[in-house]
Amino acid sequence: MTLEIPSDVLRQIHAHGEASYPLEGAGLLLGRASPAGRKVLELLPLANDFEPDQRHRRYRLDPLDLMQAEDEADERGLDIVGIFHSHPDHPPEPSDYDLEWSLPFYSYVITSVYTGKAEGSRSWRLEQDRRVFQEEEIILTEGSKENQ
Amino acid sequence: MSVLRMPTPLRSYVDDQKEIEINAASVSEALQELTGRYPQLKRHLFDDSNQLRPFVNLFLNGEDVRNLQGADTPLTESDILMIVPSIAGGW
Repeated sequence: MTLEIPSDVLRQIHAHGEASYPLEGAGLLLGRASPAGRKVLELLPLANDFEPDQRHRRYRLDPLDLMQAEDEADERGLDIVGIFHSHPDHPPEPSDYDLEWSLPFYSYVITSVYTGKAEGSRSWRLEQDRRVFQEEEIILTEGSKENQ
Repeated sequence: MSVLRMPTPLRSYVDDQKEIEINAASVSEALQELTGRYPQLKRHLFDDSNQLRPFVNLFLNGEDVRNLQGADTPLTESDILMIVPSIAGGW
């Protein structure tokens, strides 16, 4: 179970997390999914729609944004392969809240941002029984791994 | 027949279909029909108490059914019912 991400796209994920700090930033990962693996090709950053006083620890995407993004991805022959979000001053590991609100299939890329600096990303997928996440390996393409 | 449109992450539970024809008189009947036909989908739409999970949104012809009659909202033949998840999380 792997997720291929071009290194410049991972840099964009980190930059988005840093720009959102101290609030959580989030958006969609567009790419292609197949039984052989999945690849991220581009990001679609979206607004954090959670109640303003909780955005330092929560994010929510507007379902209408997701509906529109899914239509546009379909038209372009792309898939929404995952979701990215940042954990300000917390490790890039899924919380119980992440578990409760997650769906199968998607890759959840979480980036830890400490004092405004992105320090790493890890990717997770929900198990079919909804009880746990399994980590998937991020494979950087077209660049070094220095920003993983 | 109404059309029920599935979001990408749930299509694998319905034989990779994007749209499914459903013969139901209401939104709740449509969900019953759907999960009866595809039982593995049920745990992702309903919790252990058989309540719709909080991230499940239902849009009828683009309108959130919470603003209509909720699960009792009637369906007609030309309706399109979309399941759209709320994506959320945090530390």
